[in-house]
Amino acid sequence: MSNDPGVGKLYPESNIILSRANALHWLFTTNHRILGIQYLLLALVAVIAGTTLSLVMRIHLVWPEVALPFFGQVKPEDYLALVTMHGTLMVFFVLTTAPLSGFANLVLPEQIGARRMALPAWNAISFWITALALLVSLAAFIVPGGAPISGWTSYPPLSAVASAGPGQALGMDMWLLSIALFCIASWIGAVNLLATIVAQRCSGMSLWRMPLTVWSWLVASLLALVCFSVLLAALLLLFSDRHLGTSFFLPMGDFVAGRIRSHSDGSPLLWLHLFWFFGHPEVYIAVLPGMGITSSLLANFSRRPVFGYPMMTATTVLIGLLGLLVWGHHMFVSGMNPYAGTAFALTTMAIAVPSSAKVLSWLGTLWGGGLRLTTPMLFTIGFVSLFIAGGLTGPILAQPVLDTYLHNTYFVVAHFHLIMAMAGAFSIFAGVYYWFPLMTGRLMNEPLGKIHFWLTLVTAYGTFFPMHFAGLAGEPRHYPQLAGTTPSLQALLPLQTGISWFAFVLATTQLFFLANLFWCTFRGKRAPANPWQATTLEWAPQLNEFPEPSAPPASVSASESKRTVFRGPYEYGLRPDGSDFIMQCDPGTKPE
Amino acid sequence: MPATFTRSTQIEPERRDTGIGGKPPVDRRPTGGGGEGDNWENRQPGRRGPRELLHRYRLALGFALAGDTMFFVALVSAFYVRQAAGHIDGANNYISDWHPLSLPPILWLNTAVLVLSGLTVEIARRQLFREIDVMEEWFGLGRPTVRRATPWLIATGVLGMLFVAGQWLAWKQLYAEGFFYSTNPNSNFFYLITGTHAFHLVVGLMAVGFALLSIRLLKRIEYRQIAVDCTAWYWHTMGVFWLFLFGLLAFGQ
Repeated sequence: MSNDPGVGKLYPESNIILSRANALHWLFTTNHRILGIQYLLLALVAVIAGTTLSLVMRIHLVWPEVALPFFGQVKPEDYLALVTMHGTLMVFFVLTTAPLSGFANLVLPEQIGARRMALPAWNAISFWITALALLVSLAAFIVPGGAPISGWTSYPPLSAVASAGPGQALGMDMWLLSIALFCIASWIGAVNLLATIVAQRCSGMSLWRMPLTVWSWLVASLLALVCFSVLLAALLLLFSDRHLGTSFFLPMGDFVAGRIRSHSDGSPLLWLHLFWFFGHPEVYIAVLPGMGITSSLLANFSRRPVFGYPMMTATTVLIGLLGLLVWGHHMFVSGMNPYAGTAFALTTMAIAVPSSAKVLSWLGTLWGGGLRLTTPMLFTIGFVSLFIAGGLTGPILAQPVLDTYLHNTYFVVAHFHLIMAMAGAFSIFAGVYYWFPLMTGRLMNEPLGKIHFWLTLVTAYGTFFPMHFAGLAGEPRHYPQLAGTTPSLQALLPLQTGISWFAFVLATTQLFFLANLFWCTFRGKRAPANPWQATTLEWAPQLNEFPEPSAPPASVSASESKRTVFRGPYEYGLRPDGSDFIMQCDPGTKPE
Repeated sequence: MPATFTRSTQIEPERRDTGIGGKPPVDRRPTGGGGEGDNWENRQPGRRGPRELLHRYRLALGFALAGDTMFFVALVSAFYVRQAAGHIDGANNYISDWHPLSLPPILWLNTAVLVLSGLTVEIARRQLFREIDVMEEWFGLGRPTVRRATPWLIATGVLGMLFVAGQWLAWKQLYAEGFFYSTNPNSNFFYLITGTHAFHLVVGLMAVGFALLSIRLLKRIEYRQIAVDCTAWYWHTMGVFWLFLFGLLAFGQ
């Protein structure tokens, strides 16, 4: 530690989680690091709920007659409610919340040498609206009629007519409210992150010295800003269709539950356009931060600079831009103009170019590096593996002709679970194992982490890879059971049973992670300063670690960081003085 | 050299001989030259100094309004999609249910009121940045900016309320003609667009009220500037939004 009085300790007290005697004080803070932990805990709650739902689905799909404890016999409409809430919880409250809000709050200000976020109070408000949105969303299970059944995409007219299904009355309204709150929270959070990245960087932290995590949060926040506003407008139109007698999304003569619901030429396609204009960038909001984490961690644990740093920033921006132009590939079979389908197929296949460039850079970083196979590194390599395995089916689904057959089958389920869900989860695991010392001052247990990794890797592939075959064999998504359908689908029962077993082992394996997490929060090995010998600033001794929430608001002088950055973010490799890395804030003998 | 131009003081500072043959440079400020502390890459990003906080809030407001723009872009694109929608009936006739709506003329008056309020809020904003007044407040000699800006902010608030009241009257007039929110696709969009815009204006009115309060309560001139400045930019944006939205409703049907 430095003797400079302005420089504090890296880990303020032994354990941030335990360091606050007053729980309310901890709960209602504007400190970004604590908010980051709170976001991650929120995502943990959501992922436990979402995983439980998926297990119930797996059981019902292959053993439909089994009555579950606390749940009873699952009815087909229950199955649709499970699908809907599984998707909603996982996409919004896990894969958006943890990588973007969670990790960005945890380390972004430190990584750019800022003492605090640009708008700390708004940042805290954003978290509380997100928490409220999660509560509203979970409460959909206990309202009369239960949870909505129209999928996380809520296609009208099913979602626009209250009598269309058991959960479509109050449950659907809860869903609308929850997602509208989530939109507003994401909008505030994105504004805060953008203002922080643009205006709060310390001296010397030029754009070309920002770690790739910061680049990916920058692009993901821009996407969130653009697309959540559009979703909010779409939700407003849907609410209006449900309660105010309009028919934006209801087609002429729409006949539901014995009554004609619409006498006007509304268009369900309009909802699809508005929703997927949000929905596809949402995928990149979820996975871009994972790509940034991957680049950083691969460089760290290979002890090599990121291969082609300028290319990586360019591909991050390019993926963000193209991500805004590809939404139509979700709609090839929706009745959209086929010429539009061709255009969307082209943009979608174009996105494979920057994605492949990223994979090239990751492999180039690994090549010839002195690999340190720690748990975060293993999960990062797992991310690359899953990204390739899940990504290769992307150009297949991007062809309108092939998608006509594969649309809405298990092939699509396999594709997005590998590339979005599993790759996203692996990057979240990597981030948690890597940044755990910043949360608790302790390290997570390595042997337990390695068991967790290998079992998760094998069972993740075991669960989701065979779904490709089910999809190629023509099994549609959202079918609640296989028994009693056509012989060709019943023939898939052994395959699906195997998938279910893998899914159970996959879920059980996560108990290793939970045990590791809780044990090491309290009893883990104390982390030394900069345990991974990283170059980025979150591992540097902090200037003003832990500003008190009661401190006066950011005044002109207080917000000015005294940090100076002298070099790029990934200066690994042997140096004349024998060390193999040099921190960004290290003036060294000769700044570049 | 003209006769009036006299110079009695020496502009060159004294250069002391260092004794090593040669004289040190007079000005040691790093104005280029390639020293190690002189890297242009090293300059601080963003603005620093007294206006740092103001620039940060302006930046955040700009991002927030960019997101808000996308909200209205989504509504307007839905407007065009709905306008072009129709169906072919059994007799092979193309049927469109999009009927033009005759707008209440009071909307023109409302638009004029909103443009005027944009003017008053801009005048109020500029009062906070008159350098001589800012210096006076900075030294604690009085509050001229507050005194000058208050009437213009009040005028903005009154004009804003007039606008919202005028929109209310427009809705009343359409109601009296039998056009409700759910009457036809065109009226859907009329109420939706004017309604969401009026909601934004009500938020703007709250911001004006907040600015009026805060220039009296906030202790530092920087904070008073931020309150009025952000309110003004928000207000201007809503004004521009309205010009586009009204143009759409008046000429785009």
